[in-house]
Amino acid sequence: MPTTWPQGPAQPPLAGSADSIFPALEALLPLVQKPIQYVGGEVNAVAADWDDADVRWALMYPDAYEVGAPNQGVQILYEVLNEQPGVLCERTYAVWPDLEALMREHGVPQFTVDSHRPVGAFDLLGLSFSTELGYTNMLTALDLAGVPLIATERDESHPVVVAGGHAAFNPEPIADFIDAAVLGDGEEAVLRLSEIVREWKQAGRPDGRAGLLEAIARSGVAYVPSMYDVEYLPDGRIRRVVPRQSAAPWRVAKHTLMDLDEWPYPKAPLVPLAETVHERMSVEIFRGCTRGCRFCQAGMITRPVRERSKAGIAAMVANGLAKTGYEEVGLLSLSSADHSEIAETTTYLADCYEGSQTSLSLPSTRVDAFNIDLANELSRNGRRSGLTFAPEGGSERMRKVINKQVTEEDLIRTVATAYGAGWRQVKLYFMCGLPTETDEDVLQIARLAAEVIRVGREVSGRRDIRCTVSIGGFVPKPHTPFQWAAQLDHETTDARLAKLRDAIRTNREYGKSIGFRYHDGKPGTIEGLLSRGDRRVGRVILQAWREGARFDGWSEHFDFDRWAAAADVALADEPIDLDWYTTREREHAEVLPWDHLDSGLDREWLWQDWQDALDEEGVEDCRWTPCFDCGVCDQMGTSIQIGPTDLGLPGLRVGESAEPPLPGYVGQPA
Amino acid sequence: MSRKPPRDHVAPVQRVRLRYSKRGRLRFASHRDFQRAFERALRRAGVPMAYSAGFSPHPKISYANAAPTGTASEAEYLEIGLAEVCDPEDLRRRIDEALPPGLDIVDVVVARTSDFADRLQASCWRIELPGLSPAQAQDPLDRLLAADEVFVERLTKNGLRTFDVRAALLMAQVAPADDETSACAILTVVLRQVTPSVRPDDILAALRSVAPSPVANGWHTPPPLVTREMQGPLVEGGSADAIVVGDPLAADREADQT
Repeated sequence: MPTTWPQGPAQPPLAGSADSIFPALEALLPLVQKPIQYVGGEVNAVAADWDDADVRWALMYPDAYEVGAPNQGVQILYEVLNEQPGVLCERTYAVWPDLEALMREHGVPQFTVDSHRPVGAFDLLGLSFSTELGYTNMLTALDLAGVPLIATERDESHPVVVAGGHAAFNPEPIADFIDAAVLGDGEEAVLRLSEIVREWKQAGRPDGRAGLLEAIARSGVAYVPSMYDVEYLPDGRIRRVVPRQSAAPWRVAKHTLMDLDEWPYPKAPLVPLAETVHERMSVEIFRGCTRGCRFCQAGMITRPVRERSKAGIAAMVANGLAKTGYEEVGLLSLSSADHSEIAETTTYLADCYEGSQTSLSLPSTRVDAFNIDLANELSRNGRRSGLTFAPEGGSERMRKVINKQVTEEDLIRTVATAYGAGWRQVKLYFMCGLPTETDEDVLQIARLAAEVIRVGREVSGRRDIRCTVSIGGFVPKPHTPFQWAAQLDHETTDARLAKLRDAIRTNREYGKSIGFRYHDGKPGTIEGLLSRGDRRVGRVILQAWREGARFDGWSEHFDFDRWAAAADVALADEPIDLDWYTTREREHAEVLPWDHLDSGLDREWLWQDWQDALDEEGVEDCRWTPCFDCGVCDQMGTSIQIGPTDLGLPGLRVGESAEPPLPGYVGQPA
Repeated sequence: MSRKPPRDHVAPVQRVRLRYSKRGRLRFASHRDFQRAFERALRRAGVPMAYSAGFSPHPKISYANAAPTGTASEAEYLEIGLAEVCDPEDLRRRIDEALPPGLDIVDVVVARTSDFADRLQASCWRIELPGLSPAQAQDPLDRLLAADEVFVERLTKNGLRTFDVRAALLMAQVAPADDETSACAILTVVLRQVTPSVRPDDILAALRSVAPSPVANGWHTPPPLVTREMQGPLVEGGSADAIVVGDPLAADREADQT
């Protein structure tokens, strides 16, 4: 059991009080890079009164401020919580190693950027994990906060550590470090958790921390890993996962927020002073995706599709621009051009903001749903950046395996139209290491890119058009049809990409017009370990962290050898190793670490989809074909919510199109 | 190309000059951070900005001599071009309300004169040195003032540069902190605007270099709190003691009244 692990560094002396640590931090800030990221003061940040609240949350995005501050999940929950009477929420982010060292030297604890309170003083610490590579940053934050890393060593003075976000759909690798995990949409879950904590505190904290965790488990609102035992077979596979107490349900289900128009968050998006990765305002236009791409965990775990109405989108854009002053609006979703009313919406918005130096973007678009009219509409009021398409698989065969139903003809036609309409630069995104993939499948990418340039030159009549091929390594994820697949080892990934690079470079006619970007396969192997790991992987994370692992999503900080060595040490007494977790194909009967966590997807349907993948058979989208019984709607009591909507767009009078809606306008339907 | 040609730029019909401050925790904002915050505040406040021409029109804003990241300031200046004539005080209030607390617009005048940048000849800096008594600060300061040249090094964008700070130092004096209980010397210096610029941290580096024993004399942590108190034309009164930094907006105000 984890209690035999070495103890972390001593608690910083300032932990324990809820007072602002800013005076102590202020003295350190002149000594670190980009100090502005630690001072808060964002436009639209909330200054809630500590003493007026009886439930206090610290929300963490476990990466640098520049990545974490724009995160929509955190911004939404921050507002939802702060709107509640008696509930307070502040934000905290990972500190860079330069400040971490100074904080340790001077005893300054992990702090929130809102009021610079010590994270250890809050009732709950919620962490939003978009990626598994943030796990080590969670350990740094807990350690700096003076919170024991191991959940069972905490007492009722410590915050309840709650994980959420997509990576929390398999929280087993961090099961020893967290108290609870919320699966799915967080909006309603954080409100219910707040209620449970409030009742427990008002009742005089019955049974201490154990009593609170039991109440959380019993409610079903979150998964409490410490209330489950995992038993293993002699060969290392899981025998079964069993609730230890009657309060703990056998399976814990995800949350699904219905009717996005009822949840127009963030209503007042944060505008950081520091530069961040997304210098724009975002409006989530729908949640979920049923395209059925088999590699895509986000598409699988966020079903069904729930669209925001066009009137709802227009109102959020108008309100958000007035409150932020941003010059760009991103219409976010997993596949934005799939919104049933996207054309009307973008035309309307482009008309509204014509002449106002406001641009629109659709960060995620599919080749087949995209049309160039849409692209032109988007670039009407702003800069024309490049277009990005994601065929994902290089060969027609590969695209059938992954169910990315885009034909080469579709792709070439779309790209040709783009070049013909004056676009000069197109980016194509692919994956390497997909199940059943061979060198030949990946080499098809070179041929496809050359064809794109050939047709592009023909259509545009110019030779200065370019195409960039960008490649990511495929990592099999839980709750997808590929959850059983073997991950390609990083040596083969690298060798395959080297062949592709050579094939592109040696093309005399088109090679110079094709850019090639890829990363080596090693980080993907560690992501694979963390994605499909079980509780034993927690020891690897702790060992790697003790050896200095931080900011593992950043190539300049990631160290594969440190992780491989940590796996060797931490798994030395087990019949399993790093390869066992990554490059091993799983069988149907194997108990997967996340089988007791319910994403709504029927396990048998996933298995069948995996078999269909191997047979290169596709599956349609249930938005426009009959239900194919993935199981989600039945299991969760939900249904698809898409247009057309009868709520009209706010009236736009001819001749007044240069005026954006008035500040403060909230966009009631006309 | 189906793309529309670049829109006509919106020519300014009025130029205004703003004095703003950078206070408290927002002194850690870099100049680029301030620029983004300011441009967004203009949009939130609905200020009718003039824009440059081209595919990427930019609002007409000229920034001058930004204080270094980490130093506070009561006297930063910028000029904006407007597409409509605005009342200066109303403009000041609207932009100030749109900016986060700590970034404050303290004065606005309509530009009536040219050569504004040339009027920013010198700055008066207040440097709080916690942990250092006035007596400990006085000795190195006397040595610095007695020297003809004192060279310091600073890492700039173009590499490590060595330059003299003495010539730019027009005035310097030490006083105790207002509350005399805390050991904190207050150093006030007037620095001429030169190239490469001589900044307060260069003066501190020079003081450390001339102090007989910097560590023993307390010239170490915690970092000093530096504030630019004034920036403007040099108003010389005959002797070094009488050097005064004037108000760079005064000329516009006077021109407005005549």
